[in-house]
Amino acid sequence: MESVLTPLVSTKEKTSGAKALIKSLIAEKVNIVFGYPGGAIMPVYDALFDFQTEVHHVLTRHEQGAVHAAQGFARATGEVGVVLATSGPGATNLITGIADAMVDSTPLVCITGQVGSQLLGSDAFQETDIISISMPVTKWNFQVTKAEELPEAIAKAFYIAKSGRPGPVLIDITKDAQFQDFEFSYSPCRTIRSYQPIPSLNLNQVKAAADLINLAQKPFVLFGQGVILGNAEQEFKSFIEKTGIPAAWTILGLSALPTEHPLNVGMLGMHGNYGPNKLTNECDVLIAIGMRFDDRVTGNLEKYAKQARIIHLDIDPAEINKNVKVEIPVLGDCKETLSELTKHVLLKSHREWLEKFRVLNAIEAEQVVKDELSPVEGPLKMGEVVDQINQITDGDAVLVTDVGQHQMMACRYTRFNQSKSNITSGGLGTMGFCLPAAIGAKLGAPSREVIAVIGDGGFQMTIQELGTVFQTQAAIKIVILNNNFLGMVRQWQQLFFDKRYSSTELMNPDFIKIGEGYGIKGATVEKREDLSNALKAMFAHEGSYLLEVKVGKEDNVFPMVPSGASVSDIRLA
Amino acid sequence: MIQSFTISIFSENSIGLLHRITSIFTKRHLSIESLNTSESEQESVFRFTVVVKAEEELVQKIVKQIEKQVEVIQAVYHLDEETVFQEIALYKLSTEKASENNLVERLIRDSHARILSMEPEYMIIEKTGHKEETQELLEFLRPLGLKEFVRSGRVSVIRPKIELQKER
Repeated sequence: MESVLTPLVSTKEKTSGAKALIKSLIAEKVNIVFGYPGGAIMPVYDALFDFQTEVHHVLTRHEQGAVHAAQGFARATGEVGVVLATSGPGATNLITGIADAMVDSTPLVCITGQVGSQLLGSDAFQETDIISISMPVTKWNFQVTKAEELPEAIAKAFYIAKSGRPGPVLIDITKDAQFQDFEFSYSPCRTIRSYQPIPSLNLNQVKAAADLINLAQKPFVLFGQGVILGNAEQEFKSFIEKTGIPAAWTILGLSALPTEHPLNVGMLGMHGNYGPNKLTNECDVLIAIGMRFDDRVTGNLEKYAKQARIIHLDIDPAEINKNVKVEIPVLGDCKETLSELTKHVLLKSHREWLEKFRVLNAIEAEQVVKDELSPVEGPLKMGEVVDQINQITDGDAVLVTDVGQHQMMACRYTRFNQSKSNITSGGLGTMGFCLPAAIGAKLGAPSREVIAVIGDGGFQMTIQELGTVFQTQAAIKIVILNNNFLGMVRQWQQLFFDKRYSSTELMNPDFIKIGEGYGIKGATVEKREDLSNALKAMFAHEGSYLLEVKVGKEDNVFPMVPSGASVSDIRLA
Repeated sequence: MIQSFTISIFSENSIGLLHRITSIFTKRHLSIESLNTSESEQESVFRFTVVVKAEEELVQKIVKQIEKQVEVIQAVYHLDEETVFQEIALYKLSTEKASENNLVERLIRDSHARILSMEPEYMIIEKTGHKEETQELLEFLRPLGLKEFVRSGRVSVIRPKIELQKER
């Protein structure tokens, strides 16, 4: 494999592989890594000891916490998240987070220690073939068995992780390679012969798309995380404002467009808004931008937007026609394709069409939202908690969520003013993601308020990361929406399994006492009249804070597109 | 419609790439009929030839996923009639049994096979051709003292009228 390398860092002095790794990270402008030490990565940790002012190491309480924290960091900053772990169980504990990062296109460089090269394949102590294990869930991986291979491997890892459609990369380094001395030099990677991260812009595709958009009577835009990953928020806004097209978001696209923008018509998919789901099956031209037609967005593909002519803007050619047949693909980085497309589209407004979204969303507001955000009796509801957080933070906070009912509620009702503000596990749906991801987000964006909204089930999956909050003093606000259930599974059991609540009711510990054990101040709120003050007290507190909100045990998330149904069959109750 | 497709993959020679490629088939639950890999006409560019039977739409998706791999330079797929392809088969026969029956010599001649090795205890016959042809000879030889049989993966070149989508 060839790469164009221009030496940036070079030294005639002999450097160990472990030190070379740290110097390579510094050359890539990495100043924070998340990890957990162990036998096979000890030389690297020893080298880190000499570079504590340049590289801050965050010691999580579990490798899964490290990788989720790195994901939170990457999503909040747009930079590459870096993870260190040892061989064997250390490496395998990363896999869930790596798979999560793969499906959500999060740039990560994971570095694992490995047994000595002479022991490879011998079932040595703490040996696993992490290269094979991680292959299906990494964008690229590589095993370093000689120290001199290390700089080029790290340079490629960063280039591959962050270029094109971002993703996780894993570099496995044998222990002997960490010890070996060699003459270190480092050059960033700028190209790889076999790898074309961004398809070249095809103006014919752009013009064909523009012609179709100009003729459309009821065009509809679906946007995803590609807008954020491409730093194309402004280009996206210019495009929809010129064309006057209503735009709806996937949960990973959330925050790419301010919530209050007049053309923002809400959330797509299983628990999305009524209007965008219904009208997907009425629009005449569907313009998908940086989204991948996930099954949670499309529902039954046989009944999805059959009337529409579809344009798909994406950086990844493999996404074109993967789930939905596309008439005009527009390949490329959406910052470039959107700006080119905007030149060729006509200035228009689609007032009547936009009004149709407003009418349907008014129905949803009356039948669902009103009761969710402003209930007057009964136990507290998740929606009203999210809404009150909104009123305090005024759309400027970073919201990190776990997976389940609270996630849908938070994504539905949180308002955002700026991009990179919504961090959640979208594609893999990883419970346990939120707490460590919130730590990573706060360390990446220390000046922003970071709120972890989390269910009682997911909280307990990585609850040990309260120790990381304690040690790093990451000032995150943790809001547990506690319904003593694995709520989303229970909702499905209620609706589709005759209310047979098999293993979904949780006996929970005293979360506040656990928080106290880690030096984290907290409170529990159960009554509606206490909620506002409890939230204000949390935000007034300078450090981390844990607020447990006891919510209705058997509340459900609506609207809902039942599994296998058409998006236009969305239910309001 | 299920058809036979030959997928040609041009790649770097990289440890583990075969695993990455085959796992793409595994994920889509598609069985590989044959697989061959060797260096191509270009130094350091390796060529995988994979034969599958599937709907074209599925093959298209798989090829895109393969081409997405960092170390893959290009991946294309073709129908059988768009390629020239061959497989090689080796047949090991008992010399004693074969010599009892003069059919064997005629079969070898008629099927354009050739004897690679003749030993007192066994003889080895080689035949190149499409799978149907090597299979036909196998069926003939099976009752005539066949001891071992092995068939290679397909090697395939694209007919001249088919142009690759981009330069490698």
